[in-house]
Amino acid sequence: MAGTAVPGRLAWQLASVAAKRQETPRVISLRLESDAWAGHLPGQHVDVRLTAEDGYQAQRSYSISSAPEPGVLELTVEDIPDGEVSPYLTEVLQPADRLELRGPIGGYFTWTAADGGPLLLVAGGSGVAPLMSMLRERAAAGSDVPTTLLYSSRSWDEIIYREELERLAADPTLRIVHTLTRSHPADWAGYTRRIDAAMLAEVAGALLPGSLAYVCGPTRLVEQVATDLVTRGYPPAAIKTERFGPTGG
Amino acid sequence: MAGSFISRGFRGRRREDPAVAGRVPPGQYVTPDFPVLSAGPTPHTSPREWDFTLNGAVDPVRRWTWEEFRALPRDTVTVDIHCVTKWSKLDTVWEGVSLDTLFAGIEPRGAFVTAFCDGGYTTNLPLRDVLDGQAWIAFAYGEEPLAAEHGGPARLLVPHLYFWKSAKWVRGLTVTERDRPGFWESLGYHDYGDPWREQRYQGD
Amino acid sequence: MAEHERDTRLDGNAAAGLLSTVFRCEPSEVMLICAGCGADGPMGALLAYGMEMGAVLRCPVCDTAVLRAGSAGAMLWLDVRGAVSMRVTIEH
Repeated sequence: MAGTAVPGRLAWQLASVAAKRQETPRVISLRLESDAWAGHLPGQHVDVRLTAEDGYQAQRSYSISSAPEPGVLELTVEDIPDGEVSPYLTEVLQPADRLELRGPIGGYFTWTAADGGPLLLVAGGSGVAPLMSMLRERAAAGSDVPTTLLYSSRSWDEIIYREELERLAADPTLRIVHTLTRSHPADWAGYTRRIDAAMLAEVAGALLPGSLAYVCGPTRLVEQVATDLVTRGYPPAAIKTERFGPTGG
Repeated sequence: MAGSFISRGFRGRRREDPAVAGRVPPGQYVTPDFPVLSAGPTPHTSPREWDFTLNGAVDPVRRWTWEEFRALPRDTVTVDIHCVTKWSKLDTVWEGVSLDTLFAGIEPRGAFVTAFCDGGYTTNLPLRDVLDGQAWIAFAYGEEPLAAEHGGPARLLVPHLYFWKSAKWVRGLTVTERDRPGFWESLGYHDYGDPWREQRYQGD
Repeated sequence: MAEHERDTRLDGNAAAGLLSTVFRCEPSEVMLICAGCGADGPMGALLAYGMEMGAVLRCPVCDTAVLRAGSAGAMLWLDVRGAVSMRVTIEH
């Protein structure tokens, strides 16, 4: 290697915004394109960096929500009130604009079809984004790994990817269970409380060999679910967590 | 690529408010929030276990229990605070015991102090910067007991330096003859940390 | 922990971008042994604090700061005294 520059594993690169999609009143997805993007593993994230004209910079991490694909990635962004980066991404950034990012990052909170299962995915709010990448990968790979998504949202209108999840649920090996914690339609027959141990017991069913759990959302939800899963007998190494911080804005 | 790309239309959180222009150090923005920044889990020390110690190069070593500490004369101060992560908060109201009160009758034999805290956090300051009405051990914020997430039961308050110097969950000060870098200072942050001179990092 | 307290901790995974400056391999997969209690696990499974100023990666068992990083302008500072060792898979 003498005389050869070893490229940094992760360099900042520019991607262009190909499309912007409103997922819910407060959540958008950005479709980004970059020739330098080699694809990712479901569950990985990118760091996004914004630079003002005077050099001021702000940086945040966002999970990749799309299935792996060279040259393309999608980020799902929740508008955090009084945030700094998320209001820019949701309100200012438009198709054809460019965005600086580095990634894919993270080899810990990842799942591919080869990892098998049974698979338990637990999401709170926009924490569903990296789990959606896993579900999209699972569908694209034709995987029949028994999979359950338990997904907590504040209301019916705030369920991200709701229609796509309904389509995916046509797969008999995929079960999707919603809980709506703040408000729900009059005819809603599902859960209406925060995820708790009893709900996990009902939804997750018996623990089978090879079971893997991925939990993503606010810190409080992630820690309670992880604790409950250990109590249910999940080996700690089979539980992968991704906490979304309060400073995410 | 670094340093050349500009994000179209990005200004950041900064608001230029002429009314407070002279009060905000360079590179800072004013926030109405009180962000929480911690290097570890929030300790919960009960008043029964809590004490405050002045030790190191001092004569004599002094220790106050919570009851003794709360019986000391207290100040109410309104100050601006400036975090190295670029937020400033104006007109924050604190109640606490002045370090002048704690150092009264003590002969320090060093020019520096290291604040030590529950959870293992430390930060270093010149002794002269915590005397003469410049620093307090604060136990109340906004007329309420100081919340644990903001450093309660008591934190150091040194508003003229970046706020990482105002150590949360403080349990004492060690007087030292030489300046010893604390938790963030040993990771590249400035030993003094004057926000008006933007002393964020070692070498600034 | 009191109900109103904000939870500031994240997963070690969150520091992987920052630490990719140092590690040629994926940082979250680096295995560390905690100098405090001997617990062994990937960096991604540590708990991350203080990301606004760098990263303080703590052992989930005993809270020892296994790896500390400071983002100091143009320099990244690292302290790994809290780790007995780090190990990575050699790529052939």
